Amino acid sequence: MSAPDIQLRDFHGGLHLPANKDISTSQPVRRAPLPSRLVIPLQQHIGEPAAPLVKPGDRVLKGQRIARAEGFVSVPSHASSSGTVVEIDEYPVPHPSGLGMTCIMIELDGEDKWIEPEAEIADFTSLDPSELRNRVREAGIVGLGGAGFPSYIKMNPGPGRRIDLLIVNGAECEPYISCDDMLMRERPDEILGGIAILLHALQAERCVIAVEDNKPTAIVSLQAELARRGEDRIQLIELPTRYPTGGERQLIRLLTGREVPARGLPADIGMICHNPATVAAIYRAIYRREPLISRIVTVTGEGVAAPCNLEALIGTPVSELIEACGGYTSAVDRLIMGGPMMGFSLTTDAVPVIKTTNCLLATTPRELSHPKAPMPCIRCGECAEVCPADLLPQQLYWYAHTRDFDKTQDYNLFDCIECGCCAYVCPSHIPLVQYYRFAKTEIWAQERERQRSELARQRHQVRLERIERDKRERTERLREKKRALKEPAASGEDPKTAAIQAALERAKARKAAAAVAPRNISDLTPEQQRMIAEVDERRRAAARDRAGSKTGAK
Amino acid sequence: MLAAVLTLGTLAGLFGLLLGYSAIRFRVESDPVVDQIDALLPQTQCGQCGYPGCRPYAEAIAAGEADINQCPPGGEAGIQALADLLGRDPKPLNAEHGLHKDKAVAVIDENLCIGCTLCIQACPVDAILGAAKQMHTVIAEECTGCELCVEPCPVDCITMVTIKTDIHDWKWPSPDDRPPDSDLLAGRGTAGLGAAG
Repeated sequence: MSAPDIQLRDFHGGLHLPANKDISTSQPVRRAPLPSRLVIPLQQHIGEPAAPLVKPGDRVLKGQRIARAEGFVSVPSHASSSGTVVEIDEYPVPHPSGLGMTCIMIELDGEDKWIEPEAEIADFTSLDPSELRNRVREAGIVGLGGAGFPSYIKMNPGPGRRIDLLIVNGAECEPYISCDDMLMRERPDEILGGIAILLHALQAERCVIAVEDNKPTAIVSLQAELARRGEDRIQLIELPTRYPTGGERQLIRLLTGREVPARGLPADIGMICHNPATVAAIYRAIYRREPLISRIVTVTGEGVAAPCNLEALIGTPVSELIEACGGYTSAVDRLIMGGPMMGFSLTTDAVPVIKTTNCLLATTPRELSHPKAPMPCIRCGECAEVCPADLLPQQLYWYAHTRDFDKTQDYNLFDCIECGCCAYVCPSHIPLVQYYRFAKTEIWAQERERQRSELARQRHQVRLERIERDKRERTERLREKKRALKEPAASGEDPKTAAIQAALERAKARKAAAAVAPRNISDLTPEQQRMIAEVDERRRAAARDRAGSKTGAK
Repeated sequence: MLAAVLTLGTLAGLFGLLLGYSAIRFRVESDPVVDQIDALLPQTQCGQCGYPGCRPYAEAIAAGEADINQCPPGGEAGIQALADLLGRDPKPLNAEHGLHKDKAVAVIDENLCIGCTLCIQACPVDAILGAAKQMHTVIAEECTGCELCVEPCPVDCITMVTIKTDIHDWKWPSPDDRPPDSDLLAGRGTAGLGAAG
């Protein structure tokens, strides 16, 4: 597969939205104050939850691994600061359900003491790609753009697949969010260093950093760093500002004109996309041996007093970040994790910041009004005009509404990226994306159910077969025995007597083999011996009686 | 003329052979309708329908001996699916066979269990582990919640525990199922912006 040529093309649909990013970019990134307590969920990524390695009472140091990866699609978790583990229990986590998950609670000692650092690596090219992948996995790095897919898996294109192009997705197209913008402005060296590592790990030749043209400062800063390094494998591309250019498929379409196959991955067409924050985290993991224990979070909206970007430790309660930005304003109405288009409302600000928390948006009713009552679909087709995945949102809505999930899949429900463009333009205020999310989770649940019932079916089948086989074997054994009894024994004796004799012999042999006297009859007092003898006599008498009555009955 | 007859005759013969061969080679052992019905049943193997397991019930439906509304674990959704498959009208669940309940698993109180193995013999999917005079336990992932083990237990140490939704199998509610402006989690696709839920 040849490397695709990079020139700006177009993708279908999309919207020009008010960006509202300026309110959080006026100040440089600040380090959030050390909280008194951290809450670290065991699962902050797609895949299997991690398994805790510590127990309440343990002292942990900053950067220490406190949970190990379980299974292939999983990454470990680390303590973001030093302190004592106080509890491992269910705790509310940022999730649209508002449900809880097992978390490790750490009471911090305020010393922020690092674990003994491992030797730094001067030259990562001395490490082979699999060693690099392992280190990225051990550092607990997942996609920081929002999905949280373990990054080490994306560093392994798989046998027979070549990666021609690495795309660093700095589009950050969703309104309000500015954490990637600030990272690109302030730490271009980390991003470019991370790209060099990824190019080596993927054995790829080229990289494109794509940034929307509403981030001129970030572009200048990256350009300066590129010029300083004289790196010719990396190309910086300015994208026109349009939501959602930052969608992986949309970005690839825009840059290369190629289409990622439905249900496929960019790696299928020789490309890999990473978020700049992930790339910077990889740089820190390889060069400084730092696990992923902090990230930049945008705290913004008219609902907070002083919006800004904070470098927050993973596990910091959201309420403390809001506090660090001057607290809520009186008009605050809702707190959203993520952006206004794709984020979800939080029911409490006691939840912790996790690896995928890019933005905390506190809104007032003025900037984000409450939904109006939905009206019937008038089939205006506006939604299909703006859909960046080229779907038919009104059809999807119709079938999700009538719960015809097979039909929703016929209309490629799973290609929907839940960008929210359709709901934004809908003149009937239909919460379209809610319908698609409902249908998707419902289909997954049905699939789980189907697998469970398939398992039950198989187990039931095997059980029936086993019962049948046991029955057959029993009758077979019985028949065998009967036949043996009928045949005269070699010695000419009665076969029945011979069989009984053989059984007696066997019992005797067994007794002899286990010739261990019971321990409780040694050292008996004469009184006890007398009692035992009495009991034995009684038992023998009873046996005699029984035998007598039996013969009598005959 | 002769050529045409010969050609057509040969072709007919060849296709006949081909069809005959396929009939043997791709022979379908069981009745595909039974398989399709069986695939829609929940495989609880609870016997509430009056048949000893899901497959016998599927066979009875296919033979026209049983109605489609006798499966409480399948519930209304199951009846709907069967009605769609068989081209019949859906009807309400026949209450004689029991009511639809939330999914549950059997849990053995291990302090009370005397190790009698009666529940092991009753379990249709071998989801109970144990031996005579040893404590038994239920393999929760494999339990179908059929309740067949509850009755035989001589010490009443088995209880059915409803499965609580956890974060991994939580489902987004349908916007149809809730008032438009109920609570923080309600549909927030707003005039402001798109999908924030």
